[in-house]
Amino acid sequence: MTTVAVVDYGMGNLRSVAKALEHVAPEATVQVTANAVEIQAADRVVVPGQGAMPDCMRALAERGLREVIVRATREKPFLGICVGLQMLFGHAEEGDVNGLEVLAGRVPRFPLTAMQSAEGTRLKVPHMGWNRVTQVAAHPLWANIADGERFYFVHSYYVAPDDAACIAGSTEYGLPFTSAVARDNIFAVQFHPEKSARAGLALLDNFMHWNP
Amino acid sequence: MLAKRIIPCLDVNAGRVVKGVNFVELRDAGDPVEIAHRYDEQGADEITFLDITASADGRDLILPIIEAVAAQVFIPLTVGGGVREVADVRRLLNAGADKVSMNSAAVNNPRLVAEAAARVGSQCIVVAIDAKQTSPGKWEVFTHGGRKNSGLDAIAWAKQVEQLGAGEILLTSMDRDGTRAGFDLALTRAVADAVGIPLIASGGVGNLQHLADGVMQGRADAVLAASIFHYGEYTVRQAKEYMRQRGIEVRL
Repeated sequence: MTTVAVVDYGMGNLRSVAKALEHVAPEATVQVTANAVEIQAADRVVVPGQGAMPDCMRALAERGLREVIVRATREKPFLGICVGLQMLFGHAEEGDVNGLEVLAGRVPRFPLTAMQSAEGTRLKVPHMGWNRVTQVAAHPLWANIADGERFYFVHSYYVAPDDAACIAGSTEYGLPFTSAVARDNIFAVQFHPEKSARAGLALLDNFMHWNP
Repeated sequence: MLAKRIIPCLDVNAGRVVKGVNFVELRDAGDPVEIAHRYDEQGADEITFLDITASADGRDLILPIIEAVAAQVFIPLTVGGGVREVADVRRLLNAGADKVSMNSAAVNNPRLVAEAAARVGSQCIVVAIDAKQTSPGKWEVFTHGGRKNSGLDAIAWAKQVEQLGAGEILLTSMDRDGTRAGFDLALTRAVADAVGIPLIASGGVGNLQHLADGVMQGRADAVLAASIFHYGEYTVRQAKEYMRQRGIEVRL
């Protein structure tokens, strides 16, 4: 039986992620855990994350989970969500902190000066709500999801990968930004699939059946 | 492009969904889990629960509701009402809420907004502002379910909560709430233009045109309504189709 570890480092609404995974894969064992041994033993790993990246990095370090997460990104189906995406990168503007450096790139903030939409209206930060995700590259996790489907976002920072080859999804909010990345066994998204109704559940379902 | 959100609101009193007129005269509107499920099916972008339970001991009754809804409904859930301290925020988030809204407690102790935002992140903190017009072009913030005038200017308070770290504002016109006469568009627009965080307009929706007006004239990022959806007058989908016809970007 498949086990999926939802990494619990005290940041974010883990219950929602776990409930959504249980919903799409009732046969799987979903473990919300901060235990490195359990994470290492799991078949799949999900790293959610909310709030500020410095707090998330500190919480990971305090719980001694940095190492096991980096290992998971090399060894098994790995899904990063929101800050769980951002932490894969190098340097974050927020709190001037370094991430796990699994992928090369930066984590800048949406510009502080008022951003404008194409129609000239002011764009608010955080970017909060349902926005379109353009599927830049084909990927098994996009199965049964329309190109341009809307997902639920809430964030003020975004990832800017150095290597465009890892970009799997792109979204427009004042500027085009990377909303999904993929490399080998890693898939990570800026939006919240666990809060994105049917499209989000489809992505989680795809993840639970993905064998990279 | 980011879609404008439609948010059905459920007022919860001691574990039941109710709807009042001008914050009094409560009518029962049904089982929260069932209603939340229906709204999700109709394409609601989020659901807001406002706990209006008067007594403190009845307030924990909302926790099992949030847990049950969060296990079945996979869209964002906001919960407000009776939030007094950071521990209350954590309790609601742990039950499955994605955002917690605070109102009177924020006015009484603005530091609560900053502390909660620092602890759980701005994206989880909504400040609800109940505003009432006191003279032309001037609105003041009322607390305690609309009974107490704080004396704060609504626009200045909105700017202040943004500075304190709120991630969103839920703005309710006390003059319009329950009247079905439409949003107070001047108020909505004044606050929307004053802040850089998203604004949810609330209070007074009686038809679908009102929702479109809130976005187009009020410049709200999201619109919240209760009774037009509760009693089956309109579905969320009808509301979205109407807004799309008016040229508003929605998730359909």
